[in-house]
Amino acid sequence: MYDVDAIRKDFPILALKINGCPNTFLDSAASAQKPKVVIDKMNEMYLHEYSNVHRGSYLLSEEITSAFEEARNTVQKFLNAKSSSEIVFTRSATESINLVAASWGRKFLKSGDEVLISEAEHHANLVTWQVLRDEIGFKLNICRVNDDGSFDMEDFSRKLTPNTKLVAITGMSNVLGTIFPLQEIIPLAHAKGAKVLVDACQLAVHQSLDVQALDCDFLAFSGHKTYGPTGIGVLYGKYELLDAMPPYQCGGDMVDVVTYEHTTFDPPPARFEAGTPAIVEAIGLAEALKYMMSLGLDNITSHENELTAYTIAKLSSIDGLRQIGTAKGKGGVFSFVVDGIHPQDLAFILDKEGVAIRVGHHCAAPLVQRMGYSSVARASLGLYTTKEDIDILVRAINKAKTFF
Amino acid sequence: MTIEELIENFAFLDSWEDKYRYIIDLGEKMPSLSADKKTDEWLVKGCQSQVWLIPCKSNDIISFQGDSDAMIVKGLIAIVLLIYNNKSPSEIKAVAVDDIFAKLGLKEHLSPSRRNGLEAMIAKIRHYADIL
Repeated sequence: MYDVDAIRKDFPILALKINGCPNTFLDSAASAQKPKVVIDKMNEMYLHEYSNVHRGSYLLSEEITSAFEEARNTVQKFLNAKSSSEIVFTRSATESINLVAASWGRKFLKSGDEVLISEAEHHANLVTWQVLRDEIGFKLNICRVNDDGSFDMEDFSRKLTPNTKLVAITGMSNVLGTIFPLQEIIPLAHAKGAKVLVDACQLAVHQSLDVQALDCDFLAFSGHKTYGPTGIGVLYGKYELLDAMPPYQCGGDMVDVVTYEHTTFDPPPARFEAGTPAIVEAIGLAEALKYMMSLGLDNITSHENELTAYTIAKLSSIDGLRQIGTAKGKGGVFSFVVDGIHPQDLAFILDKEGVAIRVGHHCAAPLVQRMGYSSVARASLGLYTTKEDIDILVRAINKAKTFF
Repeated sequence: MTIEELIENFAFLDSWEDKYRYIIDLGEKMPSLSADKKTDEWLVKGCQSQVWLIPCKSNDIISFQGDSDAMIVKGLIAIVLLIYNNKSPSEIKAVAVDDIFAKLGLKEHLSPSRRNGLEAMIAKIRHYADIL
């Protein structure tokens, strides 16, 4: 039994009053709130167990090194990766994608190659490839989403060619909520000889992932969206791919033998973790993932699916509200506009009612334009969201309408 | 209306609802810029709404026309222009805009996180006072 009221008590910030109103936090897609176990764990590390990792030959360093590596094992378990050596800690999902571009991309992509992304990519999975394209001279192809926000499989199949070396694609759109059919996309890409990078920032929050079953080559997600701290992200990569890649940044903790003339590098993942890592953040992330796994990813998914259906129905009942992204099976991200109210004005009034939503282009400006808007409002769900939150949202939107 | 009169009027508004309705009213009463003036040249880059600002200087006095596609933002622009319009460059530089917004109870709208272009607009007004 998924007891959302009990779960909410794990998140102290949700009890806060905002402008005298209940904290109706509907911006989890931007960054999720943290359960107390994560905050406590991180405090505990700094108070009693902190030192640097992989260096000192003393008790505290040995203990925190094993906690840090245990965190890697937790991520491995969360993703069902074959080995913890396939888990690279980064600063963010953005850095994870940039790492693949800078290291794998610079080594393996050449002029004449093609990289295929979708219209629904976050800027991190769009601009990164544009910049690398301008450097290397490969062709960047963009496959379409349909007007309802669903994935256009025909267009994808058309744009996937023998020259496609990489498909870099989101698992779930941060604007449309569409869940992309990775189970179909990945085998098609592999059949053409392309590698696949999955931007799982949104997907990882809402459903269980199995990188072996998906058979993706790379997968990126961020800690702060999966109820963990900021400043930590994950890159999963198949070991043989990581092993063939040159370092991304250079420094301490990633080298094997260093002389003034020459340096050899550690194997993955250490090769990609130059410098002192975000130690406590990695341990905090593992705590967050353990929290999600203790609730049960499938339980989280079914709670959110029920809430998604409820939200769609409730939003549909508002006159003059248009939902952007109505694909079947979509997840808990709802972009919308209300006739006669600028999204910015709407957000001002919702804020006064304690309702947090995001407005703008959501770091996917070309997609928002492709859907026919320059700015949209977005409400998004987390594992702690309730029907009452949605009711408050709907009341606040109806109230906003009386102002204009 | 002067800014002092506006501060007095605001003092009678108890609830945020009344304040926002008043701001929306100010926005609706402010003349809009014609479409041909809403060009990139006059666009003040803001993340969530679009704001345009056009300066005009004569006899060392600067006046501004402004507009936004968001109505509350447009009302806030009307307040900003009430503060800054028809002043000399040195008078513009001397305005303590934070204090005025605090008196109006609207200080949150000047925070950088709001990104509604208001803060950028005030920076641009001060910039025009430097260069015009």
